[in-house]
Amino acid sequence: MLEVRDLHLHYGGIQAVKGISFSVGQGELVALIGANGAGKTSTLKALARMLPQATGRVHLNPVDGPAIDLMRLPAHELVTHGVALVPEGRGVFARQTVLENLKLGAFRVQDRHLVQQRLDELLERLPRLKERASQLAGTLSGGEQQMLAIARALMSAPKLLLLDEPSMGLAPIMVDRIFELITAARDSGVSILLVEQNARLALKVSHRAYVLESGRITLTGNSADLLQDDRVKAAYLGETVC
Amino acid sequence: MDIFLQQIINGVVLGSIYALVALGYTMVYGILGLINFAHGEVVMVGALVAYTVMTALLPTGLPPVLLALLALLVAAPVCMALAWIIERYAYRPLRHAPKLAPLISAIGVSILLQNLAMMIWGRSYHAFPDILPPLHYDIGGAQITLLQVVTILLAAGTMAALAWLIQRTAMGQAMRATAENPAIAALMGVPVNRIITLTFVIGAALAALAGLMVGANYSVAHYYMGFMLGLKAFTAAVLGGIGNITGAMLGGLLLGLIESLGGGYIEDLTGGFLGSNYQDIFAFLVLISVLVFRPGGLMGERVSERA
Ligand SMILES: Nc1ncnc2c1ncn2[C@@H]1O[C@H](COP(=O)(O)OP(=O)(O)OP(=O)(O)O)[C@@H](O)[C@H]1O
Ligand SMILES: [Mg+2]
Repeated sequence: MLEVRDLHLHYGGIQAVKGISFSVGQGELVALIGANGAGKTSTLKALARMLPQATGRVHLNPVDGPAIDLMRLPAHELVTHGVALVPEGRGVFARQTVLENLKLGAFRVQDRHLVQQRLDELLERLPRLKERASQLAGTLSGGEQQMLAIARALMSAPKLLLLDEPSMGLAPIMVDRIFELITAARDSGVSILLVEQNARLALKVSHRAYVLESGRITLTGNSADLLQDDRVKAAYLGETVC
Repeated sequence: MDIFLQQIINGVVLGSIYALVALGYTMVYGILGLINFAHGEVVMVGALVAYTVMTALLPTGLPPVLLALLALLVAAPVCMALAWIIERYAYRPLRHAPKLAPLISAIGVSILLQNLAMMIWGRSYHAFPDILPPLHYDIGGAQITLLQVVTILLAAGTMAALAWLIQRTAMGQAMRATAENPAIAALMGVPVNRIITLTFVIGAALAALAGLMVGANYSVAHYYMGFMLGLKAFTAAVLGGIGNITGAMLGGLLLGLIESLGGGYIEDLTGGFLGSNYQDIFAFLVLISVLVFRPGGLMGERVSERA
């Protein structure tokens, strides 16, 4: 689904991503874990074309069409090719209502009935958002905003969903809710690239994972295996290894 | 004759015009954080183009209302094209430059347009032909002319349409989203650059209408008129809370009233020391007071934003 080759990114003199390669298969949930400042957000932003200075080869290989060179697209065209990013810090439009935020997720969907259908479906699944549909998004709790951000991305019916630390700053109960949404998307066949600092959680829900350290991928494998890996345990799962 | 009521009427007319121009400032500021100091000049171009069209068509003997309409149909596209060019070539290349750069560019564009206008239309004041028959109505001891009634209604209708566009249409929602966070708006598929262009162009259409209204109501247009008008409208936008659409409408109306009432009573207030030709003082008193005491303006900072 997603093929990334030799992705580089720098901010001025700082090299944030130093030539990484990875892939996300069709219907796969792949986790990208790493410490603060490892370059996870930078990687996702580069994929979403929010950082024009990024270089490398990024291709989208949908099952039902020809490969698309993402690096040639402007940011606002990505969503029309089925790529949606839920940014770090949620990025909901605080001055718009919950309903407006959701509709904006489907801004490029022409078919109004389809939009309404998706909207009804999502609100049915997410009663918390339904109750607050006409409330300004800025007045929601952090967890509700995260839920809204993901739901908004789902409004575009993405083929590839990029998630940046959806559990950040949330209470455990809310984290569970958010991850229910994510696993439901996974089970419905959406390919997902999940960036998380909560490595245990990320490894539990994902098929495969990459470990990013200072802009380089240092470890990769099946998530189940990585959960047992001593290096991962020591560095990211907070377990002491004897 | 009731001076108070009369000044209220005059103030509402003036305020409606300020509001139309203030909207142009506030929409661009809301979306780019840029004070488009060339906007007053766009109003000036609108007024002068309207003047040229009307005087050129005067010999045809068409009814003056029709002339005004045709004048607007020419002036609005001219202003819109002008705003498109200004955004594309004076501001867009500086989008990521330090804030001072586009501001200086704006002032440069402003001076350039004034000089171009002076070359085209000369330094003299151009008198507008009468657009509407000089009818007037008496209300409570004051007079309101047909032109004033039409000006107020037209401005109100235009602003209602704008509010509808921004609040109720997908395009308007995209504009609001871009104003709040352009990077995230782009993720939603919003073509941010096109939305920015659209914002400038809509502001310019309002400016053309305002230019025609200034010409019609105060029957003068000249190359330098954009400076003071722009400054006043900017004051109105700041008074309402720059970046806030409702604020610009409110601020424009309020500033018109303050100026008009202030101008009407300034002689009494100063014991004859200052005449009504000093009415400009009020706009700048308002500007300074707002900046000192309530920099966010009347409507600023109303929405609480959580992290
Ligand atoms: N806009 C920027 N300008 C300069 N440097 C930046 C910028 N954004 C990120 N960086 C730097 O790039 C590196 C990677 O940052 P990034 O945000 O991608 O890390 P991250 O893995 O997402 O971290 P976290 O887990 O804290 O979110 C860091 O050293 C950071 O300081
Ligand atoms: Mg990050």
